[in-house]
Amino acid sequence: MTDARLEIVTPNRYRDGRADRLLHGLRAAFPGAVRSCRIVDVVLLQGIDGLSPAIASEVFCDEVAQEMLVDEHVAAREPGWDFLVEVTARPGVTDPVALTAREALGVCLPGGVPGAAVIQTAVQYLLELEAAVDQQALARFFHNPLVQSATCISRARWNEGLRPPARYAHHVAESPAEVAVFDLDGLSDSRLEALSRDRLLALSREEMRAVQAHFQDPQVTASRRSRGLPPGPTDVELEMIAQTWSEHCKHKIFNAVVRYCDAGESSGSEQVIRSLFRTYIRDTTDHVARERRFLRSVFHDNSGVIAFDSSTLVCFKVETHNSPSALDPYGGAMTGIVGVNRDILGTGLGALPAFNTNVLCFASPDTPAPDVPAGLLHPSRVLEGVHRGIVDGGNQSGIPVAAGAFLFDESYLGKPLVFCGTGGVLPRRVAGRDSCVKEVKPGDLAVMVGGRIGKDGIHGATFSSEALSETSPTSAVQIGDPITQKKMADFLLEARDAGLYRGLTDNGAGGLSSSLGEMAGLSGGITIDLDACPLKYPGLAPWEILVSESQERMSLAVAPHQREALLSLARRRGVEATVVGTFTDSGRADVTSGGKLVASLELSFLHGGLPEMELPARWVPPASAAPAGAASAGLAATEVTDLARLLVDVMGDLNVRSREEWVRCYDHEVQGRSVVKPFVGRRRDGPSDGAVLLVRDDSWQGLTVTHGICPRYGDHDTFHMAQCAVDEAVRAHVALGGDPRRMSALDNFCWPDPVEGPDNPDGAFKMAQLVRACRGLAEACRAYRLPLISGKDSMKNDARVGGRKISIRPTLLVSLMGTIADARRAQTTDFKSAGDLVYAVGETRGELGGTVLERRLGRPLGPCPSVRLPEAWDLYRRLAGALRRGLVRSCHDCSDAGVWAAIAECALGGDLGAEVSLDALPLAPVIDADPVRMLFCETPSRFVVSVSPAHRRQWERAMRSLPMGLLGVVTREPSIVVKRRGNVLAAASLEDLRHAWSGQGGDRA
Amino acid sequence: MSRRVSVCVITGFGINADAELAHAFRMAGAHATRVHVSDLIAEPDLLLRFHILAFPGGFSFGDHLGSGKVFATLFRRNLGTRMQQFLAGGGLAIGVCNGFQVLVKMGLLPNASGSGRQEVSLIHNDSGRYEDRWVTVRAEPGSRCVWTRDLAEVDVPVRHGEGKLITRAPGQLDELARQGLVTLRYASARAGEPSYPEDPNGSEGHVAGLCDPSGRVLGLMPHPEAFIRAPQHPDWTARRVEPRGLLIFENGVKAAAAST
Repeated sequence: MTDARLEIVTPNRYRDGRADRLLHGLRAAFPGAVRSCRIVDVVLLQGIDGLSPAIASEVFCDEVAQEMLVDEHVAAREPGWDFLVEVTARPGVTDPVALTAREALGVCLPGGVPGAAVIQTAVQYLLELEAAVDQQALARFFHNPLVQSATCISRARWNEGLRPPARYAHHVAESPAEVAVFDLDGLSDSRLEALSRDRLLALSREEMRAVQAHFQDPQVTASRRSRGLPPGPTDVELEMIAQTWSEHCKHKIFNAVVRYCDAGESSGSEQVIRSLFRTYIRDTTDHVARERRFLRSVFHDNSGVIAFDSSTLVCFKVETHNSPSALDPYGGAMTGIVGVNRDILGTGLGALPAFNTNVLCFASPDTPAPDVPAGLLHPSRVLEGVHRGIVDGGNQSGIPVAAGAFLFDESYLGKPLVFCGTGGVLPRRVAGRDSCVKEVKPGDLAVMVGGRIGKDGIHGATFSSEALSETSPTSAVQIGDPITQKKMADFLLEARDAGLYRGLTDNGAGGLSSSLGEMAGLSGGITIDLDACPLKYPGLAPWEILVSESQERMSLAVAPHQREALLSLARRRGVEATVVGTFTDSGRADVTSGGKLVASLELSFLHGGLPEMELPARWVPPASAAPAGAASAGLAATEVTDLARLLVDVMGDLNVRSREEWVRCYDHEVQGRSVVKPFVGRRRDGPSDGAVLLVRDDSWQGLTVTHGICPRYGDHDTFHMAQCAVDEAVRAHVALGGDPRRMSALDNFCWPDPVEGPDNPDGAFKMAQLVRACRGLAEACRAYRLPLISGKDSMKNDARVGGRKISIRPTLLVSLMGTIADARRAQTTDFKSAGDLVYAVGETRGELGGTVLERRLGRPLGPCPSVRLPEAWDLYRRLAGALRRGLVRSCHDCSDAGVWAAIAECALGGDLGAEVSLDALPLAPVIDADPVRMLFCETPSRFVVSVSPAHRRQWERAMRSLPMGLLGVVTREPSIVVKRRGNVLAAASLEDLRHAWSGQGGDRA
Repeated sequence: MSRRVSVCVITGFGINADAELAHAFRMAGAHATRVHVSDLIAEPDLLLRFHILAFPGGFSFGDHLGSGKVFATLFRRNLGTRMQQFLAGGGLAIGVCNGFQVLVKMGLLPNASGSGRQEVSLIHNDSGRYEDRWVTVRAEPGSRCVWTRDLAEVDVPVRHGEGKLITRAPGQLDELARQGLVTLRYASARAGEPSYPEDPNGSEGHVAGLCDPSGRVLGLMPHPEAFIRAPQHPDWTARRVEPRGLLIFENGVKAAAAST
């Protein structure tokens, strides 16, 4: 036989956990409708010479746990189903299982698998229903039509003879292979804009004008004529320019000239800022670098690189993958992870990815369905898909998820924010060279490694530079294949150590156009041969090959004499590597297809021809930004009548409660270097402030990884939002035992469109918010001597759907990587022993604006928290000293829901109670001493610390003159008692707190 | 010990816990080399130069078509005979997590019949999801496994989605236990049987590890190589802990040394 349809199923005598879990989800989505669910794995084979049932069984069937049917249907034997859904990948979408099936068959068939053979996989669900249900909705539960197709068959139709197809369409529509040429001569602005829009170039009028002017330049025209090119740009050239000039690649907004005016200032004077990036980020790092000597390579490589010790470097990068995750949460998140992993692999001469982080922002999963505009996925689906993508992408890559966060806010309904980060390790010297320095010499070969090129991921870079809408291109969506990438990563590190390449970079946004274009800058030119590029299937237009963002690819510069050694190693490791061009010093990027030149652009124009943007920024202070004295305003004394109830309910708040149900599914300790894990304490359910991990097997020096993010404070002033985010990351680093003199940070800005225009009337205000966030960030980093080593911005986080525009709250994520001199001095948040003393460290100033409490009470409660930088810095250094000396038994920073949540989390982690008195809480003089304010305000730079009575004197001496109060004591009683002036104000049992905290309390407000 | 015990730690195609497994063997005094499975296939005799063959955890071939399945097919087809020679010559083997799945699907564990056919399987956890959590496992007193001697009890992390052990027929597991092939079981902190999450996957008889009739081949779902330093344990900031995962490797190295 050569063709077969195989169905593989777990016999009924075994419980199928996968099906049970699915049933659980089905019952939540369709209450009372689904009785049971069976899963059948389907493999469709065509044109496999030498195939036999025995070989099919050897490859596809576990003889103990499964049964396999050849050209027969499980559904025909099973009586008890009412509805069948079979889901497969749409034509052209990567099917990693089918790729593995091809490899596995190749192992068993003497002649291998013919190239023309077709292998497809599908998953079939057999459902037993107990009530009528919308079958379309049911089908949608199982698949995302953007990337998958579903065949649905009811029992009645089955009885009429309807069956799932013997094979699925795999034909991919062919694009015209001819190269189109555009005549820009004399095109009006509106025609230029129309061209940009129609071809999804995402270029502005000014940018299109610059392109037009370039091609009208007589010198350019003459040079093109001599090369046999038409006067106007080819589609290959236009696409190359658009990818290179995209907001995603060039950060036009961060490099714009900004005219900022502050309506709150009487003078109304205008300030001109030439590049936010240079002014607030790079200059800050340059300033701090005088004191922080560990910086090695910042801002210009794929990630920021610092020295870890005398022979090791570490690097860190965080990316966002918001738009793809909005369309296809699973694929979007997975490609987010494997994408940022490649940034690390492509740093210097290639670093080993050593940890992942992910910070995820969604609208509430309990958003009522009618509130979700048509065209958007429900936030619960987005959450589920993104989470699954991270589980599969991260776990399969063998990179531990060290730290992260989940954040819920209604403003993320239009686009979720999916921040994916990776940290890496590389030796200082690699094959006798400085590992930070990439080289590309004229004559070197351009080699593409990893996956093949397809139509998936076309226009990703330009698409993410625009608002999401009903017309967003679905070709921008891709499925990742972590195993192809893992093989490539292993291969690259082996090739690196053998010195088989000179330089490398990743293929991300803009595909080969960006990666090779960037590397060409080092040698001074390149010739790319599109005919040599390995394709997933025929029928791609030349421009598509060049800009496709198909996953799992890296680009290398290989010296000609290393060619064979590199290609042979690749073959032995099962990795595809292909020479696709030659680096030159011609000053140009030349592209050939069909043996003809189809693009020839001067690198100086490609990289330097982009006109600078000019953007207005108008700041109007919100009413809440009143003088600090007003911190006492807002909260009415009678607002909270049942404090005991509030203490419990807050712990079940969607933004406070445990993330264990999600985080438990991440591998957070592969590679064996974890020291502080995401959950700590006796029952391992207390939250950590971040991660501590080792870098080397022979050293106890460790890394910390922490985050800061607080978008709701930005409603008041993004300046404070930014400072609080920096402070949150720094104080978590300190709480873990980190050294405040050794930390570096990344800034990731996700903003609603700040470019004012007819459909974006408040753009200048959002731009002003961006300016203020940058100022806050810069000031805080200077005060903490905290260098920013890398960053990224995503500036179009708006969705326009169903006549509605949904914009995210301006969001800044600060990710911190720090050093702890001896990881055996790291500390965790859980209380350790009854009798230990509980201290509040840091002044409480009572701010409630933008806090968890404000959101729960549903009305404004005055100004947001703000940081007092010099005081905080002093406190951090002293607390770090006490931790280093081992004087502290637990340490937890105060963040969401303030000192109360911190105490409750310490107690939950330790499985111990506490008796605390608010009398000793160090208060700023101006605030009213309302216990609700004291417990829930979110003043930054504060900690809850427990200390053994034996160390009391040393501890108090170490912290002398700092704002600190002895609140009480850790108790064996399983409850937390809050006192005031000797009286019990309220108490909460650990059992109630744990119930709420674990998300079982039903409170999702 | 006549000469230093040498360990071959297999890598490639999605295996990802190889570096720490090699390190665990080094800490136990052995010489450990990571070898890509393609290099073994190219030169099968390489296998016979080692005393211990170690199959690490990871996601070989992405767990596509069943965890460990494709890797088992690849290994059996290309190196099956050499592997039999290696074991017959007194070689030891260990498979951790995905490595255990590979050994089970190759028919090397438990191999009670000696036929080399697959006798048990490891399938999706009852929870239906991948989980990373620490559990306690107890060494089966009657086990003939050389790797778990004097181990008693050890805390170790599990990190898998397909770790539930099943057998073909009722009574089979009791028979395996009777023959001393059941090596490790998930244990409860309280008296009595463990329940989820103490038994993280719902294995028959709460079995976490098996050996073959020689006692020299061990497979287990938990990761002992992830507990060879005290600060890997989740409780290390609260109390003194001994990194007892290392014992398993010391046992293996000792047994290999004794037979060289």
